[in-house]
Amino acid sequence: MQFGIFTVGDVTPDPTTGREPTEHERIQAMVAIARKAEEVGLDVFATGEHHNPPFVPSSPTTMLGYIAAQTSRLILSTSTTLITTNDPVKIAEDFAMLQHLAEGRVDVMMGRGNTGPVYPWFGQDIRQGIPLAIENYALLRRLWREDIVDWEGQFRTPLQGFTSTPRPLDGVPPFVWHGSIRSPEIAEQAAYYGDGFFANHIFWPKEHTQRMVELYRRRYEHYGHGPASHAIVGLGGQVFMRKNSQDAVNEFRPYFDNAPVYGHGPSLEEFSAQTPLTVGSPQQVIDRTLSFREYVGDYQRQLFLMDHAGLPLKTVLEQLDLLGSEVVPVLRREFDALRAPGVPDAPTHASLVAARSEVSA
Amino acid sequence: MTHSVAVVTAGLSEPSSTSLLGDRLTSAVREAFGGDVSIVTIPLRPLAHEITNALLNGFAAAELQSAYDAVAAADTLIAVTPTFNASYSGLFKSFFDALPADVLVDKPVLIAATGGTERHSLVLEHALRPMFSYLGALVVPTGVYAASSDWGSGAALGERIARAARQLAKLVVAAPAGPSADPFADVVPFEELLRG
Repeated sequence: MQFGIFTVGDVTPDPTTGREPTEHERIQAMVAIARKAEEVGLDVFATGEHHNPPFVPSSPTTMLGYIAAQTSRLILSTSTTLITTNDPVKIAEDFAMLQHLAEGRVDVMMGRGNTGPVYPWFGQDIRQGIPLAIENYALLRRLWREDIVDWEGQFRTPLQGFTSTPRPLDGVPPFVWHGSIRSPEIAEQAAYYGDGFFANHIFWPKEHTQRMVELYRRRYEHYGHGPASHAIVGLGGQVFMRKNSQDAVNEFRPYFDNAPVYGHGPSLEEFSAQTPLTVGSPQQVIDRTLSFREYVGDYQRQLFLMDHAGLPLKTVLEQLDLLGSEVVPVLRREFDALRAPGVPDAPTHASLVAARSEVSA
Repeated sequence: MTHSVAVVTAGLSEPSSTSLLGDRLTSAVREAFGGDVSIVTIPLRPLAHEITNALLNGFAAAELQSAYDAVAAADTLIAVTPTFNASYSGLFKSFFDALPADVLVDKPVLIAATGGTERHSLVLEHALRPMFSYLGALVVPTGVYAASSDWGSGAALGERIARAARQLAKLVVAAPAGPSADPFADVVPFEELLRG
């Protein structure tokens, strides 16, 4: 099972000091956080993609390419890559390039994006979000799998005799996850292609995740990729830890109360009961995370949101130390012990290359 | 056949003339159905915090979710608001703003409002009716507005309540709400999505 972190890349003032990092500081902090993730033994670093303030990661493959050069083991991914407003041709090129630079330590998570104005800024219409996600991804798959593509669709200028370069590393495209909170069409899309499905999971009651994952698993089997229990599922999580759980609550509360997205609404206690947010001791984080399996089944990837809402870099790095030393080793052991026999790991570049050789042998 | 009726009342005090009007309408609707009804009353005041949180977070907490489930499951809805600043109250509007999409489509709805004076009676026509029309509801032609003075004068209010209730019952019988579609159970096959 893979463990990692995913970041939104928000620039948010620290509510306890009022200090707001510069964009430069935030970008450098994201790199430091990614390096720390590898140092403490995590498997995955994923960055969001945004095209409006207060977010910095508009150019994910630039950032991931730089991180690739500073790490040796970490899988570099996204959370999410906007399949609606990016040109699928550019996604094909950028991520193939990243694969070569990172020696295959790359996968990608597709998402639609929910910021209305971003669509018109990139010449699109949010009301076409689902059709864009479907058409653009269908083209992206062909660009990675066929050397020469003739193509015509609704949303992009046609292609005649187009070759996306560089070709994917070893002829194997990056593994793709599809992320969605509550659109059944996206679970259906992931299932149709036998791709991974990632449930954001955080900020929402678990019922949303549960029914999306159930649908994805059922349809994965329907489309003949294997039994439902072998479908490739990833989940988000959101935690804040201190050795003493009351210290964690006291320290995190001002960040919670003022957080973008959920601040100024329910109390930390209510939100912790209603969503997967866990603020407490490492043991509480372990127990809560193990409970996710009870409603989604055996799953392959767990990413945590650790660095939002204005938490200072120093605190985030301390959190990663706790995650890497006290939480993830126990989770690996416990999930391994619980997992049903035959449930596959999440595909990696190496496993996809090996699978392809088996087919051609 | 038992008809299920959800009654949403947005009065802020308890008791309020808004909940009183809701009670009167409920009795009249029960009578119009010949007594064979199940009633779920949903006062909004106890849900006020959860309604605000739902607007901020995008999901309903447990109690609000059961209120929404009750509205979705009901054959018909009676919606009663006080008139604030020449419109429905903010709490009333927020409850419907956070209601999941399409819950009211094809559902017969009886609209009603209370107010300090008769001069606001058109709140039904310029605020409530357009909102419920937008939400796809079948809005009963007769809405019921009760000013403070109506509670101490003649039979006109009672007659209006009875007429609205009769019309609601006719709509429910003529246009029974079918079970709402479940996009997770009846997923659109991907080949169809691919064809665009």
